[in-house]
Amino acid sequence: MNSSPDKIYDRGTVTQWLNGMVKPLQQRIATGAPAAIIGIRRGGVDVAQYLYTALRAQGTALDENMGQLNIAFYRDDFSSMGLHPVVGASDVPFDVTEKHIILVDDVLGTGRTVRAAMNEIFDYGRPAQITLAVLIQRTDHELPIRADVAGQILCTNPGEYIDWDADTLQVSVGAKS
Amino acid sequence: MSLPDPQFNAAGTLQHFIDLQGLDADTLTRILDTAEGFTGINDRKIKQVPLLRGKTVANLFFENSTRTRTAFELAAKRLSADILNIDLVTSSTSKGESLLDTLRVLESLQCDMFIVRHADSGAAHFIARHVAPHINIINGGDGQHSHPTQGMLDVFTIRRHKGDFSNLCVVIIGDIKHSRVARSDIAALTILGAGEVRVVGPKTLMPSDVESMNVKVFSSLDTALKGADVIISLRLQKERMKNATVPSSGEFYRTYGLSPQRLALAKPDALVMHPGPTNRGVEIAGSVADGAQSVILEQVTYGIAVRMAVMSIIMGNSDAMSASRISNNTTTTDAQL
Repeated sequence: MNSSPDKIYDRGTVTQWLNGMVKPLQQRIATGAPAAIIGIRRGGVDVAQYLYTALRAQGTALDENMGQLNIAFYRDDFSSMGLHPVVGASDVPFDVTEKHIILVDDVLGTGRTVRAAMNEIFDYGRPAQITLAVLIQRTDHELPIRADVAGQILCTNPGEYIDWDADTLQVSVGAKS
Repeated sequence: MSLPDPQFNAAGTLQHFIDLQGLDADTLTRILDTAEGFTGINDRKIKQVPLLRGKTVANLFFENSTRTRTAFELAAKRLSADILNIDLVTSSTSKGESLLDTLRVLESLQCDMFIVRHADSGAAHFIARHVAPHINIINGGDGQHSHPTQGMLDVFTIRRHKGDFSNLCVVIIGDIKHSRVARSDIAALTILGAGEVRVVGPKTLMPSDVESMNVKVFSSLDTALKGADVIISLRLQKERMKNATVPSSGEFYRTYGLSPQRLALAKPDALVMHPGPTNRGVEIAGSVADGAQSVILEQVTYGIAVRMAVMSIIMGNSDAMSASRISNNTTTTDAQL
């Protein structure tokens, strides 16, 4: 278990972060190939669902189906950690080829999850473009991967955790124990 | 004192997959959940994941089997592993080389995993005890003892259609005595808490220890089928008729064959399963094997995902164990079986 959080961002603040992502996404979607959203399980799917609903409500052209990825089979730590528990299969109910994929995660940390997710997407087909949208971008990345659209950037070090609760829309930051 | 279960390594995680006896419901459920994740791969342009890239899997088949060997081969390939098919039926073992000598040779080929199929009960067990510590063993069927991946793919097929096991009545028909599939099915269903497992067949084809197998024994197929949710028909091997354990194929069909009329005695949504290959008109009618309730071909398809799950879980466990040794890190890795 992690220690109690040093900082909590409440529902109002996090809602602002989420809503702030909508306009830049609309601008990107307007200029590209037909767009479709894919969330990375599990936290990314909740963020993806929020953005999907908000974008559709504003009439943004978006594939009516939403995809989700479970990247357990693409992780780069298999040889040191073994297979991570698999909860739910990947499901991409549309052809990704020539699509503009809006890839969504909750927290962008090391960049390894996004790398794995992009590898998996290319096994479904060849997208025209991938836009990376995350609720929170950390600053302690390990790979040259940054979000195109981030709800908020939080300065963190590897010793800190960031949790977000999709039900309460609350984000907490604290020291890993 | 009994020897520790050779399926587990020093870190207490699953290193080999030899027998379902001794495993718990959490372990089996993790395999089923992982297999569920692999089923989606069939819908993709590239039906392969990179998990076992750079690993070498050897199919060691001391007994002929096209289906099982092919299923393991495809599973390994979909995990990006390299696979060697070594036919030991016609190879050096028949030239007099001992099993242990054969093993040493295969270890020297830098293999990471052996899939063992052998006509003798306990062969996979024996190999697991004597193999180099970094190698994983999967039992692809040993004698009349165990066929654990078949057991897992059967419960996977059942779970996909029926969800929960607790209220299910499963009927297994035929040659229970000589069937490693029946033993593994019974073990898997019992561990996962199936409501009731029934076995039915001629007395000559019932194992002597059937009373201790946690099943209800029936001699009348009509009685056994009443209220069944799942019916597993077993293959009747021709040699059973040769040595007069059963009178004739026609007689067997009349008494224990799964005919359309008999199928109607089970619940209307009962699943019909068979490990294959089927003897039509002996243990099962062709129209039942091909009928709307049959999931026989689904079993074959799911067999790939289930074997991918077993292979990746056990190989990941031994990798994680050696990594934690190398790093001198005393913290145990989490979330492993």
